Amino acid sequence: MPEVLTAPLVVEFPFTRSLGPVQSAFLTGLRERTVLGVTASDGRVVVPPTEYDPVTAEEIRDLVEVGTSGTVTTWAWNPSPRRGQPLATPFAWVLVRLDGAGTALLHALDAPGPDAVRTGMRVRVRWAPERTGAITDIACFEPDDGPAGDGRPVPHSGAFDDPVTQITLPARLDYTYAPGRAQSRYLQALAEHRIVGERCPSCDKVYVPPRGACPTCGVATGTQVEVGPRGTVTTFCIVNIKAKNLDIEVPYVYAHIALDGADLALHARIGGIPYDRVRMGLRVEPVWTEDSRFPDHYRPTGEPDAGYDSYKELI
Amino acid sequence: MRDVAVVAFGQSDHARDSAETSEVEMLMPVLHDVLEQTGLAARDIGFTCSGSSDYLAGRAFSFTMALDGVGAWPPISESHVEMDGAWALYEAWVKLLTGEAETALVYSYGKSSPGSVRDVLTRQLDPYYAAPLWPDAVALAALQAQALIDAGLTDPQELAGIAARSRAAAATHPHAQLRGEVPMGETLVAPLRTGDCPPIGDGAAAVVLAAGDTARRLTDRPAWIRGLDHRIEAHALGVRDLTDSPSTRLAAERAGAFERPLDTAELHAPFTSQEVVLRRALRLDAPDSTVCVNPSGGALAANPVMATGLIRLGEAAARIQRGASDRALAHATSGPCLQHNLVAVLEGE
Repeated sequence: MPEVLTAPLVVEFPFTRSLGPVQSAFLTGLRERTVLGVTASDGRVVVPPTEYDPVTAEEIRDLVEVGTSGTVTTWAWNPSPRRGQPLATPFAWVLVRLDGAGTALLHALDAPGPDAVRTGMRVRVRWAPERTGAITDIACFEPDDGPAGDGRPVPHSGAFDDPVTQITLPARLDYTYAPGRAQSRYLQALAEHRIVGERCPSCDKVYVPPRGACPTCGVATGTQVEVGPRGTVTTFCIVNIKAKNLDIEVPYVYAHIALDGADLALHARIGGIPYDRVRMGLRVEPVWTEDSRFPDHYRPTGEPDAGYDSYKELI
Repeated sequence: MRDVAVVAFGQSDHARDSAETSEVEMLMPVLHDVLEQTGLAARDIGFTCSGSSDYLAGRAFSFTMALDGVGAWPPISESHVEMDGAWALYEAWVKLLTGEAETALVYSYGKSSPGSVRDVLTRQLDPYYAAPLWPDAVALAALQAQALIDAGLTDPQELAGIAARSRAAAATHPHAQLRGEVPMGETLVAPLRTGDCPPIGDGAAAVVLAAGDTARRLTDRPAWIRGLDHRIEAHALGVRDLTDSPSTRLAAERAGAFERPLDTAELHAPFTSQEVVLRRALRLDAPDSTVCVNPSGGALAANPVMATGLIRLGEAAARIQRGASDRALAHATSGPCLQHNLVAVLEGE
């Protein structure tokens, strides 16, 4: 078993989402230290509010203001906060039914320890010092020793100056990518400036880069076959738009290249020749730059062009 | 309506980390296993349906790579659900009921090892009100567990008993990841301890379905799907009664689970506390009940996310196929705190 290759892979995306009228009112309200709910068809006040009745799916729009104190309906003690969670010190996750609400809101409760938390305890909102119109405008909840409010929701227009109509929600997940057996072998060979495909035991085709399975036969490709390094351009395109963070002058050519001995064309950039001189049948070879684990690009070998029949099955 | 049966089931060994194999390399032996059991070749299969998640893989359209393991040329009839494979089986079942196919290959796989599955699962939450707080999957299950304890429906001792029973049942299971005597361990998110939570791991599963006489031809004892239904509840946790699972109960009712006694139930309960909810919803706690719950060890013994639900269907079917059960219930779940639930009733002849 060769060494298992791994590499860090970060998937990060700042989702920008538009808000409907109800979500907009709720999140703008948080910015203004006001908690809004919406009255459902059964008379229950839903907090945080939804645009559709959770039971009947009817559109609901009747906004009401509820209290900023409430009662814990269930909780869980989190001794090891994780990235992105509301508090960096141990805290309780809580569902809180705010005074006047019929449903509970998920958030964090800042408490000294699990012994200080119980279902039924009274808590109040701790507002974030800087608020933008997001659920995190509630920094967390904190224990509340004050008297319970009267619990009557008050009708609210939902109108605020400068309403929040969209929010950007950063999301980041960290992975350790492992390419598996076939691709690890391929990458390890590339580091030695060799290109290795794998042959299907059933149809005899050589796949490069190999992924461990023959997509035609659905069987494992186990036998390694060195292919190339020279190959033939089977088809190509001219790229005229510069990609972000890509240090290549446009226009340039991106091509499918059938390496000698391979039954599948791989794709790579063509260099060392003006973009408008690249053609089908052009014979090319990889160019490795120092310390690179893969060819930087392919360049013409100077050989006569390959005949169409020699690569027509690989286009 | 046509009769449709599970005629073959296979699964990988479930492991904490399968970095040495890619998804398709992990999946392929399982696909070959179920095809061999039936004597079918990939080209004989009428419909193929799979379940997996890009968020587990950290890559877009990751299922298209796994499709290489099926042999998708010449072109096959194929579909994919970004869900547990149990829902892929549901789609395949419908396809067979309509008469558009005679056989179906259903598979699913998940590798939790590349990422942090507790965090990955936050991405299925409501993006406006819940996801920005990053409440991980264990935290949400712990809220449900505390609600059950507060309601007097369970206690930490009972939860530990469920964990012990599940892993003891898996002691002889050749594919299980966590088996035998497993300590309850430290508190992860109170009231849940490590032992109340599923192992994190990688794995794959596959099932072959067939209709009517084709099923009889392919196996000695088909596991007939007598009913299959799935129901979903409101997403927001604070809207639901976390101590109950009305969607499971309704799906079971529609699948015919309560019409006659069952002998086996394979429940998709990654957390001990969720088994308590499901047993109540499915009325498995009657004093005279003889239903054997999770003889495979369930999700507490192996939890390859996206395949765990399909495995429940497969385990129930396999038990029927080998004559250990005559009428089994299989359950799969999706979403936070048992939001979405699927129930199948399987019978031998």
